[in-house]
Amino acid sequence: MTLLDQFQKMLMTAGLPDWAAYLVPALVGIILIIAVSLTLVIIFIWWERRLLGRFQLRLGPNRCGPEGILQPVATGLKLLLKEDIVPAKADKILHFLAPIVVFVPVLMIFAVVPVSEGAILANLNIGIVYVIAISSISTIGIFMAAWGSSNKFALISGMRTVAQMVSYELPVVLSIVGVGLVTGSFSMLSIVQAQSIPFILLMPLGGVIFFLGCLAEMNRSPFDLLEADSEIVAGYHTEYSGMKFAMFFMGEYGVALAYSAVIATLFLGGWSGPLLPPVIWFLIKVVLVFSFTVWMRATLPRLRVDQLMAFAWKGLLPMAVINLVIIAIEVLVVPASMLWLMVILNFAFAAVLVLLWSRLFTLGGGRVEV
Amino acid sequence: MKFERYGIGIAKGMALTLKHLFRPPLTVQYPDEKLVVSKRIRGNELVWFPDRCTGCGTCTKACLQGNIILVTHRGEPNKFIVDKFELDSGRCIFCGLCVESCPYDALAMGLEYECAKYRRGETILDKDKLKLTDQHQPSAYYRPQFAAKLPKQSLLIYDKKDGGQKLNLFPLSKRKRGPGA
Amino acid sequence: MPIKTEPFYLNLGPQHPSTHGVFRLRVELDGEVIVNVEPIIGYLHRGIEKLAETRTYTQVIPLTDRLDYVASMTNNLAYCLSVEKLAGIKVPERAEYLRVIFSELMRLANHFLAIGAFLNDCGALATPLIYMWREREKIVDLCEMTCGQRLLFNYMRVGGVSQDVPEEFMPALKKFVAEMPKFIGEYEQLIKQNEIFLARTKGVGILPKETAINIGASGPVLRGSGVNWDIRKKDPYSIYERFDFEVPTGEVGDCYDRFWVRLREMRQSVRILEQAIVQIPAKGPTWADVPQFFRPPAGEAYGHIEAPKGNLGFYVVSDGSIAPYRVHIFPPSLINVTALADMAIGWKVADLIIIFGSIDVVLGEIDR
Repeated sequence: MTLLDQFQKMLMTAGLPDWAAYLVPALVGIILIIAVSLTLVIIFIWWERRLLGRFQLRLGPNRCGPEGILQPVATGLKLLLKEDIVPAKADKILHFLAPIVVFVPVLMIFAVVPVSEGAILANLNIGIVYVIAISSISTIGIFMAAWGSSNKFALISGMRTVAQMVSYELPVVLSIVGVGLVTGSFSMLSIVQAQSIPFILLMPLGGVIFFLGCLAEMNRSPFDLLEADSEIVAGYHTEYSGMKFAMFFMGEYGVALAYSAVIATLFLGGWSGPLLPPVIWFLIKVVLVFSFTVWMRATLPRLRVDQLMAFAWKGLLPMAVINLVIIAIEVLVVPASMLWLMVILNFAFAAVLVLLWSRLFTLGGGRVEV
Repeated sequence: MKFERYGIGIAKGMALTLKHLFRPPLTVQYPDEKLVVSKRIRGNELVWFPDRCTGCGTCTKACLQGNIILVTHRGEPNKFIVDKFELDSGRCIFCGLCVESCPYDALAMGLEYECAKYRRGETILDKDKLKLTDQHQPSAYYRPQFAAKLPKQSLLIYDKKDGGQKLNLFPLSKRKRGPGA
Repeated sequence: MPIKTEPFYLNLGPQHPSTHGVFRLRVELDGEVIVNVEPIIGYLHRGIEKLAETRTYTQVIPLTDRLDYVASMTNNLAYCLSVEKLAGIKVPERAEYLRVIFSELMRLANHFLAIGAFLNDCGALATPLIYMWREREKIVDLCEMTCGQRLLFNYMRVGGVSQDVPEEFMPALKKFVAEMPKFIGEYEQLIKQNEIFLARTKGVGILPKETAINIGASGPVLRGSGVNWDIRKKDPYSIYERFDFEVPTGEVGDCYDRFWVRLREMRQSVRILEQAIVQIPAKGPTWADVPQFFRPPAGEAYGHIEAPKGNLGFYVVSDGSIAPYRVHIFPPSLINVTALADMAIGWKVADLIIIFGSIDVVLGEIDR
């Protein structure tokens, strides 16, 4: 019983007609989610800029507001006041619709993320598959932006987008199936409730594959060649200015927040934790995962597109399939009271697989012997 | 060279970045805290000493752009009286050749580096603007006699207590506006 | 039936986040694979060689600063060497040691910027660049202490250096040199064995040995291809015979080899600095007795040095007056950039940026 279900029952016993008792909690939930997620996106933009600054031995923005917390607001205001430039040869409809198609699915992901015990907007029983399905819509939006811009740099980036996003869906989905096997259902609430041992310990290889796949879906380093600053100027959003660019910008951080929340739910145990209230634990885990992605962004150079595809198809996908088979066998064989045995077995298999697959790592593009 | 595969190289790099998180930042909060420049800075707002200048014109010949305009007339025998001494600091490249070449130490570089003007005509320094005052001091470039009054340079290799540049680990942002901090 | 295709021209225009200056590159692409590369230069031409004909010999020195603005004292040094060869001027001992110290400091500063910008092009979001920039700031602070400016120094003169270093210079230099090997070790840890970096740069953009020699490349580009050619050893100028250092070379000639050569050159520069600090005479004149408007005898001279980017040469012709008759500058970056077509064809767009970054050009030299 989620909190909104209880609210609905309360309204029905208070005398409201059925359709109103269904509509009012839904509206309240939607407004809460949009408000809270957008605020969190703004806070995450601030947090990333400050953290990236500290990794790079400088202070981040710290002038606007106390310690710079109003800096993203200033950015948003600036973008709102800018002139909206559309290139002359651009495809007007595609150019106009692309930011919307990229941004709205990000908000829809938050509908199935459980923040606390029972605090979820819609307890779908296909929760995690819904997340993957919805986030694939953003890919089309990015390609619409790239194609509709009539800019060669954007076109190169658009081609890379489709290749990258489609190929990294597969390892992600296979890791999710592993989680679903151990839990018994795909609903996000039951996945959190089934985590007596956090799944990151129970299936380490699946967790790492999911994390890397999510990094690629988020277009963050080291897979950020869609908006590779140093190569193709700004990729698919080169020709965007003003509020449309703000939507891309917020969409990028929104999807980072959404995927951090999903990773925290699936692999780190959601809201469970000893002392503090569950919401605080959830926020701590989300911020931890996000900080880890910022740390990777600060350190690593980016991959080239054919190396990216090789990593997905030759590296992650076979490992994900083998991981799934191993977990399926263990779920059948290992009794539920001896889960710690599964932890040890999985760590051993993970080490063996990583060592085997690193033989694959060839350098020199085949032209040079290393 | 033995390469380490399976992600250890990446892990080492990330460990180094994490170590930098605990080092104090390098940048200073600029308008509130300013670093001290070297004593020999070739800054803007040059200083001219009219009592030492003899109007020989060596500086005008040494300037590679021809920025200095010097107009004199003959006063007592064997002396020039300087009517006009103008230096166009908008075109100046601050190479210091004029200061080096003056045989009477009559010209010195200034200490300023934040002197933007609204009109281009204001960059031309005439005799009033080149005068030595309390706010308008010369730098010690090629003039070691002025080095005693100037503060020591803040070098990056020294810590803050030795006059260097390093900040605290978690500096709070300075909200007050005004000169110095 | 053959499909009608047409080539796809991409203009990495003069304004681009990662061409090192205003450099335009017209690239013909087939999908993402490069078919042809055509560099178009001239966006930063300022007419330095023509201006030098109407300036005296001392006034040309600030003009030469603006060539390789990343490591500007080496340009001054090359020009002063040519003029001293022409006029037969002997430089005092302490000035020679100061020249060597500042040349090696400039080599370190240039390699910090080159490696940092190279890693920035690879995509490591400016973090290695900022770490390298911190070390470069330390060097620039030392130069500011001596000559007052932080980028365009105007320090070397014909016959020596313009002024002596202040007394706080030597302790600061000793502290800097003592800390340097630790920092170079840290950068190696950050990036040298990073798998992503290796995958991006190993085997990419190979310049074979014969091609490098035929093109006339010099500097780390030539040494990365395996040719042991360093002007400090082969045609020594100033007092470089007195120092003991090695010349690192690469094996294959790919981007990784050029990066690795630069990193090892930094260690060798630190070695030279340590020896120079010990050997420098404590007192002495720093500028030979050269008048302000001196007239060298009519003739011509060519002097070249091992600048951080390669073989920088100055050809000075004099006709006996106070201004040179002709100054011609031989820029290493221009010759190295002609190797870009050989190195880049067949690779992808992302590799083109990396290959260009590994040559390490600065547009001030190319366009003069």
